[in-house]
Amino acid sequence: MTEMSGADMVVQALVDLGVDTVFGYPGGAVLPIYDALFNHPQIKHILVRHEQAATHAAEGYARVTGRPGVVLVTSGPGATNAVTGITDALLDSIPMIVLTGQVPTTLIGTDAFQECDTVGITRHCTKHNYLVMDPDRLGPILHEAFYIATHGRPGPVVIDIPKNVQVAVGTYSVPARIEHQSYRPQVEPDAAAIAEAIELIAAAERPIFYTGGGVINAGPDASAALRQLVGLTGAPITSTLMGLGAFPSDDPKWLGMLGMHGTYESNMAMNRADLIIAVGARFDDRVTGRLDAFAPHAKKIHIDIDRSSINKIVPVDVAVLGDAGRALDALIAAWQDKGHKARDLGEWWRRIDGWRAARCLDFPEKKDAAAEIMPQRAVKALFEATRGRDPIITTEVGQHQMWAAQHFGFSAPNRWLTSGGLGTMGYGFPAAVGAQIARPDRLVICIAGEASLQMNIQEMGTVSQYRLPVKIFILNNEWMGMVRQWQELTYESRYSNSYSDSLPDFVKLAEAYGWTGMRIDTLGELEEGIQTMLDTPGPVIVDCRVAKLANCFPMIPSGAAHTDMILQPSDVTGTMDDEAKALV
Amino acid sequence: MKITTETGERHVLAVTVDNEAGVLAKITGLFTARGYNIESLTVADITADHALSRITIVTSGPPPIIDQIIAQLDRLVPVHKVTDLTDQGAHVEREIALVKVAGTGDKRIEALRLADVFRAKVVDTTINSFIFEITGNSEKVDRFIALMRECGLVEVGRTGVVAIARGAEAL
Ligand SMILES: Cc1cc2nc3c(=O)[nH]c(=O)nc-3n(C[C@H](O)[C@H](O)[C@H](O)COP(=O)(O)OP(=O)(O)OC[C@H]3O[C@@H](n4cnc5c(N)ncnc54)[C@H](O)[C@@H]3O)c2cc1C
Ligand SMILES: Cc1ncc(C[n+]2csc(CCOP(=O)(O)OP(=O)(O)O)c2C)c(N)n1
Repeated sequence: MTEMSGADMVVQALVDLGVDTVFGYPGGAVLPIYDALFNHPQIKHILVRHEQAATHAAEGYARVTGRPGVVLVTSGPGATNAVTGITDALLDSIPMIVLTGQVPTTLIGTDAFQECDTVGITRHCTKHNYLVMDPDRLGPILHEAFYIATHGRPGPVVIDIPKNVQVAVGTYSVPARIEHQSYRPQVEPDAAAIAEAIELIAAAERPIFYTGGGVINAGPDASAALRQLVGLTGAPITSTLMGLGAFPSDDPKWLGMLGMHGTYESNMAMNRADLIIAVGARFDDRVTGRLDAFAPHAKKIHIDIDRSSINKIVPVDVAVLGDAGRALDALIAAWQDKGHKARDLGEWWRRIDGWRAARCLDFPEKKDAAAEIMPQRAVKALFEATRGRDPIITTEVGQHQMWAAQHFGFSAPNRWLTSGGLGTMGYGFPAAVGAQIARPDRLVICIAGEASLQMNIQEMGTVSQYRLPVKIFILNNEWMGMVRQWQELTYESRYSNSYSDSLPDFVKLAEAYGWTGMRIDTLGELEEGIQTMLDTPGPVIVDCRVAKLANCFPMIPSGAAHTDMILQPSDVTGTMDDEAKALV
Repeated sequence: MKITTETGERHVLAVTVDNEAGVLAKITGLFTARGYNIESLTVADITADHALSRITIVTSGPPPIIDQIIAQLDRLVPVHKVTDLTDQGAHVEREIALVKVAGTGDKRIEALRLADVFRAKVVDTTINSFIFEITGNSEKVDRFIALMRECGLVEVGRTGVVAIARGAEAL
């Protein structure tokens, strides 16, 4: 218990909570906290160029470290600029703490300068939020906020701090036991549910693991347990976009991603399975496709830490509420206790090999040196060139994101950073900044679309300021490719406002910010160009020109069943009924 | 294309929450954001230290939606406990309505007679009006109000439902 100003308490609490980095942008309502930071060099403040980028950088930091990302912004426009990233973190279950300045308590509600109702605006896009009216509450609230952001299903927590609360002197205290009165998520799985689940797994003839971001949230040990359990059972495994990396992509049991742009073998196996073991995945509409045709023959086991994820979209047979890592450990223990042996799944694997033979990720391409580069080829080349360097890959949103998910292989968790739930263009580059800050010695590459990149391109300045060696690899197709693809498939190729007109010269832009800029135009230049990027110290932007009208396949059209995948461009009919058009 | 909505069974939920600013907004916002129905919602603090409030929500939906509503409420940080009284079995529901009726002559006499049948109390009277206070389940209150429409109804105020499980146990 010590007397200090509210602003000092904020910084003291961050120090006590082990925070080493804050992503932020100053303004009138947070000046006291900025002044306190000035005296605390142990906390590194990363000055972004736009508050949205601070939130995505914090998400990137959180995804690679497993620790919450911390953001500091001013009231009014500072807070509203942060809202997109806060919502992104909510949908992708990323732990984040956002400190916002607020007008003094005496002015709240008067439409004061740079006042906005931050707790009102963020009430439904945070896991929880606070308006602190008393400096003595700052210590307990900050500690509680970290507990809430990181326990159970992780998520963003906003703490709105009026300026006079930052200035006032009070008593800093740390709660003895940081355990919330009403928020106590169940972590340990129920033994009866585990027993029931293991019998289903042991008896299944056509089992499949369907894993998601929850395995990543549960930490690297959960990924290790997943590998062990999959090994014990001999069952195939697929994952959502958010779960990539939890299971190594070079393992023969890996079927690739499932869902709208997932592999044929994953989706067919989900459709024909007699048992689905869902681990930390939330049956998103990108994944299930048409619900009444989703896995019609399968019993379902669902492991999730959030009760509201269970039975939300797909009713399940066995619900295991708890942390994915603990539940996987418990399943392994139960499997061994019962002396179960892997069944002969030969027949099941033969069917899967049949689907694999469709080679759904193949794409047509010309192979001569002067040929245009297919975007899939560019991703594959990037993957090959960085093998053994254990890169961290971030993406923006669009076709390039899906191609990266399909063609870049991951063998460990916390290396794949993408905006899945909200699908936020502008996420990838600042997330790469956050990842690079957290892991200064690692190779961090943002695979970007030329349209998405422009949503937070101002962060080039941040990268220059902190001398971050971030690489941006643009798959430049001169179109908002994903939008154009939908217009081609749904609106008879009426390309309304989806052309990326008036693009900047990315090479010159790089130079303007003190980066290295490069351009790759033809297939013959691809490998060497990538090598040059990797060999160039400091930040590099690569403008890789790719085939302009390539589409991302395979694809399950919105509202279609897993079995109705479009594998190749020739399968496309070009029209859709209104029911399908209404789906996103 | 047709835009469809689902209907379902009525459920009464009792929710204990921290008695702090923003909780009610959080809960009502959850219902609107996720498209759940609120037929009635009441709230008041219930502990001597004013730390907890009890919210009674009457909602409706098919069983999986009711299950989702409970799970969604339960994971809100300030929510301590959610109980589905309908699911739990026997419970008592009450609401109060204040019903103002204006008129003279036969209508006035009929209003008073009906109020007596419903055990509604007269809490205010002038030469040409009554205010009745009626307590009961919502259906009884509805029926009383419907009858009063014939007897010069001019204004109604209702509290919404509060409910509690039968028997000796607490939630
Ligand atoms: C253009 C575009 C296309 C897309 N196409 C696809 C696609 O083809 N395929 C695809 O899969 N996705 C796709 N997505 C992503 C999709 O929108 C969803 O974000 C994604 O499918 C959700 O992944 P998830 O189920 O792993 O859930 P997440 O959002 O990662 O949620 C994690 C789940 O795990 C639970 N959880 C959290 N922590 C734990 C823990 N410690 N223990 C246990 N459980 C925990 C949570 O409660 C939650 O239920 C696409 C996105 C975009 C933008
Ligand atoms: C902030 C935001 N606005 C709009 C969209 C809708 N959207 C999804 S993908 C896309 C096009 C992305 O184009 P680009 O970044 O060039 O990537 P490409 O699809 O060409 O690979 C758009 C506009 C979005 N996801 N996010």
